[in-house]
Amino acid sequence: MAVTIAKERWTSKVAEMVIGPNDLKLGGESTLSFLHFEGAMPNRPVTSLEVFDMEPEDWPDMLKEAYAGVMNDPVAWAKKVVEYGADAVTLRLMSAHPDWKNASADEVAKTAKAVADAINVPLIVLGCGVEEKDGEILPVVAEALAGKKVLIGCVTANNYKSITAACNGYGHNIIASSPLDINLCKQLNILINEMGLPLDRVGFDPSVAGLGYGIEYAYSIMERARVGALTGDKTLATPVVCFVGENTWKAKESIAPDVVEWGPLHDRAILWEVTTAITFANAGGTVFIMRHPESLKRFNAFIDEAYKSNAY
Amino acid sequence: MFEIIGERINGMFLDIREAIVNKDPKNVRNWAVKQAECGAYWLDINTGPVASKEEQVEIMAWLVKCAQEAVDLPCAIDTTNWAAMEAGLKVHKGKALINSATAEQAKMDVLFPMAAKYEASIVALAMNEKGVPKSADDRCALAMELLANADGYGISPVDLYIDPLVLPVNVAQEHGPESLEALRQIKLLSNPSPKTTIGLSNISQKAPNRPLINRTYLAMAMCVGLDSAIMDAEDADLVDTAATASIIMNQTIYCDSYIKIFRQR
Repeated sequence: MAVTIAKERWTSKVAEMVIGPNDLKLGGESTLSFLHFEGAMPNRPVTSLEVFDMEPEDWPDMLKEAYAGVMNDPVAWAKKVVEYGADAVTLRLMSAHPDWKNASADEVAKTAKAVADAINVPLIVLGCGVEEKDGEILPVVAEALAGKKVLIGCVTANNYKSITAACNGYGHNIIASSPLDINLCKQLNILINEMGLPLDRVGFDPSVAGLGYGIEYAYSIMERARVGALTGDKTLATPVVCFVGENTWKAKESIAPDVVEWGPLHDRAILWEVTTAITFANAGGTVFIMRHPESLKRFNAFIDEAYKSNAY
Repeated sequence: MFEIIGERINGMFLDIREAIVNKDPKNVRNWAVKQAECGAYWLDINTGPVASKEEQVEIMAWLVKCAQEAVDLPCAIDTTNWAAMEAGLKVHKGKALINSATAEQAKMDVLFPMAAKYEASIVALAMNEKGVPKSADDRCALAMELLANADGYGISPVDLYIDPLVLPVNVAQEHGPESLEALRQIKLLSNPSPKTTIGLSNISQKAPNRPLINRTYLAMAMCVGLDSAIMDAEDADLVDTAATASIIMNQTIYCDSYIKIFRQR
């Protein structure tokens, strides 16, 4: 008896977002990840490496070695990231953090502009993570980057208003962040959309956790969001942004050098980041923000294979 | 997702009858827009009883065109006049819904091929020339006949909307639970399962406080597998009930604005 290939007939798709000077497209999937035989994945997942606007003292040696010589110069660091093969540069404005340098909005906006001007790939700009401070600095950063079509984040239910208004006015896209909660995520998307920013300019940050530290929660949320998107829930049909590097480079498996039973540090640290990224690629992630260039390279090799058509 | 079939564009209502008589599309368009805003997924189109059989053909095509000029929604073409049915299907944009066949062989043999030809979905009532069945079992037996015949004509179960028939609670009270049980069993008949629908307002015919009866039955029916209903999309409490039942049944992902979002699909 002949085998019939079971193909799901999805009725809808993820919104397609356009970012950067090269109009890089992302999202737009009308199928589950890499199931090319029952739908389209029109755009390759987007990879990025992080650049800090000041030297991050708490980074492990493996990361510091990869960016030796450029960590005091965000522009040079950004160029290095492009050299390493990232699709986009992610600039984290850590100097604005009240516990770090408490830099002003104008200071960080100047850095963001300098970085954006120096690269010809899309820029993703992140605040320092303190909701109140990000609500102050990110609108100023958005203004300084007018017309560059950057992806700005992360906004929360507590600070989305000022940042959304600025992103809308200056032609940017936004990353909406919710604490591993699909209901809050959906609600935040709705609130942002109600301010007039179209849903194809919103990315969804589910606040992922890395391998071994709650990855399965993030995995199932992403999967649920994708199925929602494919079955017609437009408020969930936004591309998913995964902060992979941020969450794997704090795992003890990525930094403890002398645990004999875990094997050599270098291998496990890279694999911790790559495995986390691949897991989320399968769950429906779209933008992957990583930290180590070697992880990026290996993850890209995976995408190269998975992105090949398996249509029947 | 739960599909509301808006029942308002029906020549039985005075303003629609006037629209038909005067060839004035205004009221038809208004009701199309209003029902779309209320969350309708399909617009039921019924010429009503006034026109002759011959006139219905042209009127149906005109009503479908007027409705679809106003909103981007598919129509449920609601008539027992097969010529009018086909006229409506011919002018319809997108996937239409034929409303309705029954388990009478002669009807199935005309309407199922028509659904296949126009790639339309079809509502099929679990009754035949002997009338409305009394028990859930009898309703399901007819549902199975509908499903087998639809399959024979190449219609997918997901395009088949089986209606187990709802009768007024004040005069046919014993039918209430039978229809619910039939809904539950119909969803088990095939994989993928057929869809289900009901003419919701029937449950409350000539009873006091109809809206309360309607929305209570809607929630109960959605709990046992109701996928759609021909209903009053303008009844805000009723649509809120559908939105809430859909959330409680985990058919739509919860968010605080779920009531509002339900109407924006």
